[in-house]
Amino acid sequence: MFEIFGIPSQALFGQLLIGLINGSFYALLSLGLAVIFGMLNIINFTHGAQYMMGAFVAYLLLQHIGANYWWALILAPIAVGLTGIVMERLFLQHLYKLDHLYGLLLTFGIALIIEGVFRNYYGSSGQPYQVPALLQGGRNLGFMFLPNYRAWVIVFSLVVCISTWFVIERTRLGSYLRAATENPALVRAFGINVPRMITLTYGFGVGLAALAGVMAAPIYNVSPLMGSDLIVVVFAVVVIGGMGSIMGAIVTGFALGVIEGLTKVFFPEASNTVIFVIMAIVLLIRPSGLFGRAA
Amino acid sequence: MDRVADPVAVVRPAVSWSEPVAFVVMTALFVVAPAFVYPVFLMKALCFALFACAFNLLIGYVGLLSFGHALYFGWAGYVSAHAAKVWGLPPEAAIILGTMVAGGLGLVVGALAIRSQGIYFAMITLALAQMMYFFALQAPFTGGEDGIQAVPRGKLFAVFDLADQTTMYFFVLAVFLACFLLIYRVIHSPFGEVLKAIRENEPRAISLGYKTSRYKLLAFVLSATLAGVAGGTKAIVFQLASLTDVHWSMSGEVVLMTLVGGLGTVFGPVAGAFVIVSMENYLAQFGQWVTVIQGVVFVTCVLLFRRGVVGELANLLKIRL
Repeated sequence: MFEIFGIPSQALFGQLLIGLINGSFYALLSLGLAVIFGMLNIINFTHGAQYMMGAFVAYLLLQHIGANYWWALILAPIAVGLTGIVMERLFLQHLYKLDHLYGLLLTFGIALIIEGVFRNYYGSSGQPYQVPALLQGGRNLGFMFLPNYRAWVIVFSLVVCISTWFVIERTRLGSYLRAATENPALVRAFGINVPRMITLTYGFGVGLAALAGVMAAPIYNVSPLMGSDLIVVVFAVVVIGGMGSIMGAIVTGFALGVIEGLTKVFFPEASNTVIFVIMAIVLLIRPSGLFGRAA
Repeated sequence: MDRVADPVAVVRPAVSWSEPVAFVVMTALFVVAPAFVYPVFLMKALCFALFACAFNLLIGYVGLLSFGHALYFGWAGYVSAHAAKVWGLPPEAAIILGTMVAGGLGLVVGALAIRSQGIYFAMITLALAQMMYFFALQAPFTGGEDGIQAVPRGKLFAVFDLADQTTMYFFVLAVFLACFLLIYRVIHSPFGEVLKAIRENEPRAISLGYKTSRYKLLAFVLSATLAGVAGGTKAIVFQLASLTDVHWSMSGEVVLMTLVGGLGTVFGPVAGAFVIVSMENYLAQFGQWVTVIQGVVFVTCVLLFRRGVVGELANLLKIRL
């Protein structure tokens, strides 16, 4: 045991770890928001509710059909992604030609419905979810204790983020997506089904949120309100990073999680607000965000 | 070189009779209402109506969606409650103090937020409001989860005892009508015409020589200040300032009220506030379903009734409301 800046290493690295975990969720969620915004020009206010649905699907799978964490990791994003696709076909597609703000209002309304229904059946308190057997326990690194599950969350979300970045920036499919973001009419003229691509993109973004929800289930409790306050922080993360870049969303997400964790060690009172303060400073210096293109 | 004509201000719409008539009808209804309806309910609805009107000034006439208006409403409530309870200020001074704080917060947030457009604007106002929510949660004077309770209503101008429900009601009504008329005047002033020009086509307004960011900032501060009046008054009426009023769900609620009533209509926010407050009142026994119903109303309004109740009515009768 040693000390850094008068803080025991356990506490410092412990908070750093929590920061990285939160950062993983910020990154996954802001990545999904950025992908959705790129294609649909809609800020998906339902994102927090869909994250919560992911965690609940995992919980219900375990409770009712005994499907474990690994099944949930595959099934929950697919199930929640499908609800996203239905939602896009039923509601969102009618709004593309309208002002952006209607998309925000509609998705906000849907978030209220989803969270209200879940609260009605499960109350506001959390339901516990076991860490999968394979990832229980942890290891002592000398300067801190690292629970296996938390290491898994960080590594796995990094892998998901990087793969998403790779698909969008480096593959043919991704090039279609980026082209359709720039000029949908022209891309359609080349014979690519842009409306279907939009629908699938929304489903994918929502699936990412649900995946984050499944990973969060063993760490935080599964509760109907787990996404509603998180989404506001993720909005701030998105504003800081700027909407233009996928990598920007990932880097900002992890970085802000770490900064938040360090603030908890050195100045705990400010840990709730530090991200918003950073947002205000970034807006003063670069109104379009750190990685964003000027609007 | 001077402009030959001011293209925004010269084209004046014909004087409309429908708005003054509707105003007289509304005032008459509010004067007789306490004989039929529980005054505390009316006061609550009036405070929210003013809040929604203030919010509508921004979204309806400048086209800026602020998703953090609870910040001004709630913080004005805290300051007014604190001033009335701890400092023992009379109610009018307490409300004015709360209003000034709301205006100051509006100036800071507005200066940051108007640098961004559209959807970013909404996210930034929401995030900054959430930051101030956490301050409210942690600051010692707000009482955290308990809020500031048992705020004395006091004596208005040291004469009228506001503990009397009828006196309180007519005070709230007077505040509401004064602010409503102020908003009406602003919307129909040359300043208001410039705001509408910015809403319709900001680059064009800039090319005509208007410093649009100053106009937007002034509108933002005005909107925040009036939201502060509503929040301060509500704190005195209910003798309570709590976290509910600064939480983002309150920001969502005022959006809903304005949307239901009709964005960019003069009377819409008032109608919307009454609809939503009565809905919450009568559906309170259904618990969580109120949130679900609010969500359904949101979705329905966005998909089917984007003009809102008053907007649809005005469109049907071909008048301005």
